[in-house]
Amino acid sequence: MTTGTKYKTAPLKCWQKGKELRLEAYRDLATGHEQGKLLVLGCAATPYGMLAGLGDFVFLAGEPYGASVAADPPVSIPAMETYEAKGYARDMCGYMRNFLGTMFQDKYYFTGGPFPKFDFAWSVRHCPAGHPKWHQIVSEYQGIPMNYIDDETMLAIDGDQEARIEYVAGQYLDSIEWMEKITKRKYDDEKGIEAMRNYFINEALWGEINLLNGAIPAPIDIKSMFALMPISMLRRHEKVAIEFLTELRDELKDRIGSNIAAVPNERYRMCMLTPPPWSFLKVFRYLENFGVVFVGTYVYLINSGEVKFLYDEGKVVPATPPEKRPGWKTMKNREDLCRTVARWRAEHPFQSHLDTRKKEYVIMFKHWKANAYLLLINRGCVPMTTSMYDFQRDLNKQGIPTAMFEGNFADCRDIDETGVLDRLETFLEGQGIQKIQEI
Amino acid sequence: MGAIEKFQEVLATRHQYAQDWKKKHNGKVIGWLCSYSPVEIMYASGMLPVRILGSHEVQDVTDRYLFPTVCPFSRDALAQGLKGRYNYLDGITMARTCSHVQGTYDNWKNYVPTPFKYYIWQPNHVQSPRAIPLMVREYKGFIAALEKFTGKKITDEALNKAIELYNKNRRLMKQVYEFRKQEVPPITGAECMEMVVASQLMDLAEHNKLLEELLKELPNRKLDRNHGLRLMMIGSEMDDIVFVRMMEELGCTVVIDEHCTGSRYFWDEVKLEKDPLTDIAARYVNRWVCPAVSAEFKPRFDRVLEHAKNWKVQGALVYQQKFCDPHEFDIPHLIKMFKENNIPTLVLEFDVTIPFGQFRTRIEAFLEMLELELV
Repeated sequence: MTTGTKYKTAPLKCWQKGKELRLEAYRDLATGHEQGKLLVLGCAATPYGMLAGLGDFVFLAGEPYGASVAADPPVSIPAMETYEAKGYARDMCGYMRNFLGTMFQDKYYFTGGPFPKFDFAWSVRHCPAGHPKWHQIVSEYQGIPMNYIDDETMLAIDGDQEARIEYVAGQYLDSIEWMEKITKRKYDDEKGIEAMRNYFINEALWGEINLLNGAIPAPIDIKSMFALMPISMLRRHEKVAIEFLTELRDELKDRIGSNIAAVPNERYRMCMLTPPPWSFLKVFRYLENFGVVFVGTYVYLINSGEVKFLYDEGKVVPATPPEKRPGWKTMKNREDLCRTVARWRAEHPFQSHLDTRKKEYVIMFKHWKANAYLLLINRGCVPMTTSMYDFQRDLNKQGIPTAMFEGNFADCRDIDETGVLDRLETFLEGQGIQKIQEI
Repeated sequence: MGAIEKFQEVLATRHQYAQDWKKKHNGKVIGWLCSYSPVEIMYASGMLPVRILGSHEVQDVTDRYLFPTVCPFSRDALAQGLKGRYNYLDGITMARTCSHVQGTYDNWKNYVPTPFKYYIWQPNHVQSPRAIPLMVREYKGFIAALEKFTGKKITDEALNKAIELYNKNRRLMKQVYEFRKQEVPPITGAECMEMVVASQLMDLAEHNKLLEELLKELPNRKLDRNHGLRLMMIGSEMDDIVFVRMMEELGCTVVIDEHCTGSRYFWDEVKLEKDPLTDIAARYVNRWVCPAVSAEFKPRFDRVLEHAKNWKVQGALVYQQKFCDPHEFDIPHLIKMFKENNIPTLVLEFDVTIPFGQFRTRIEAFLEMLELELV
């Protein structure tokens, strides 16, 4: 066993406020509909700030809801069994199985009461393997209208990107008309624009917060980030999120200035590409006993966050909200709004093509001053896993060590916790990292 | 050699066929993944469009590239590229549909030495009125790239000729399918599959001639077999002819299919309404929809049921390429629809290779059950 430098540490000052805001978000998800707010279903990457043009709303993003259920095995297991009893396959999206399971059970995770009926489903179609089908099943089951935006421009490297932006912007415009029709509400362009401005700022702030973990010692650990992420993920359209994320960012800067560490024993830094196994978050705490700090995961840098990659320089910097970028227009009406959102989505690293993404992984590894990547072969998500071996080979070629384990990020029955720990301990031993002796 | 035997020969020697075609025509061959790829445009460029298919053999080359929960077809197709079996290809293309075959394309692009590669961004919101105009612009990009690669201009005349050829092929194959409506079909499901798969590998000028021969032959064709029960096959990609043959030996005939190597691939013609490019775009946006593209059950299910009724099917084999999420989503709903229409179903899950013995037992049991119900 080995010992090493011990940094000073301190709890986050804004932690309590973060918890309260997170609770508010969950409370809103639980009771907002009863208070007359529109309840809309979609996936988390949807620019749901646009919904503000219709008035007050609650956006239930299916993935974080599925993750919340997945993190609670006594709820998750019966939910997934209910889903499977309906004849759906076990190898589909883990988030979706938890979500649909609780819907079929008529149990809403956040209240324990009946599962809410959505006013409509409106989403970007970011997962070709299943998210539109997921919403389709809800739409059929609840008898609610559904519309989606086809915007996976990330897959295209050939051809006319401007044509695709026009197509995506046009779908947003059409969907506003569609929403007006089905809700019988008039769309207020200014409110939609204002909420999306907040949305852009919050994405940039969350991205910047992620980047601050390039400091040694890391001012915040990944598990704490996951705990605060619902604010950026669920409340991106709100000013209150800007205030909180600004406060968090400033506090992290102060911690960096004062050398305050998230993990006092920090001596080995790891990062990830994917979401974590939600029912097994304790893995991060366990590995702290080895002095391992997880400094970030790529997926949440670019999903609910935004950064700007400077590929030629091999660097990453905080993103600028679209209207402040050279050559971008100030949004004045819904046409501007739809065009801005479409172009913003098209240029967002969330849309990066496979080959570009490989470059981004290396840039982030260097930025985070990491020692290794932890790769999850995720049986619960095809798009995130399809090319994982290719990514691993590419990272290894560049001298980046990778630890890999297989399991399901949202099905606790499909992850071997002991096996994962054994693999990781073996990997760390190979890296010369042993458990730190408790004094 | 009759038309069916010729189709069988092409299937068995598909790579040789393409290479012979190259020599004979001093031409180029382009491989395509996914039935949304616009074969008319490829043909108009003077290239031979060839669908990339797997070989249904155990392989150990894709696991370094694609995770094993990627669908078997996508892995098997990539394996063929990695093994060098498609080294004669001059180009490869695919239209955006599902993330599994996307993985095949991405890895092919990076690790298989095919000179020309082009990705067509197929609009997947097919219900949107904006899909066709975008499709036209996407095709313009594809055409420009093809012209640059081949050095040959793709004229409207060439596009019209290709449309005519492919439409004729579709009409002729539908005429063959009409024969399957007969009480005693003069053609088996396996033979039909050979015909349709061959159409995706051959020069259609040649394929059409063979179809015309076949259509002359079918009215008097008598098969020395027990046609048995009338089944429908439904699923995603399916070119496992050995399996279909085995199934039909057990006392049934596949009289109609709904999958992307069969009817879903060829059923819809290009309607000549505007300019050729818009007409082709409209065809691919409005075609018999794949669950990977559509977010509605109804357009696909209505057609499935219509065909099941028109071809008087007594049971449906719903097969699943393992891990194909979009089809998996549809399966419980398909089963429900069939049940409501008194059509029993059997669901089988396919991998690169299949457990023939087990499948045989399950199909036998299914057929026995159907026979009992019919008594």
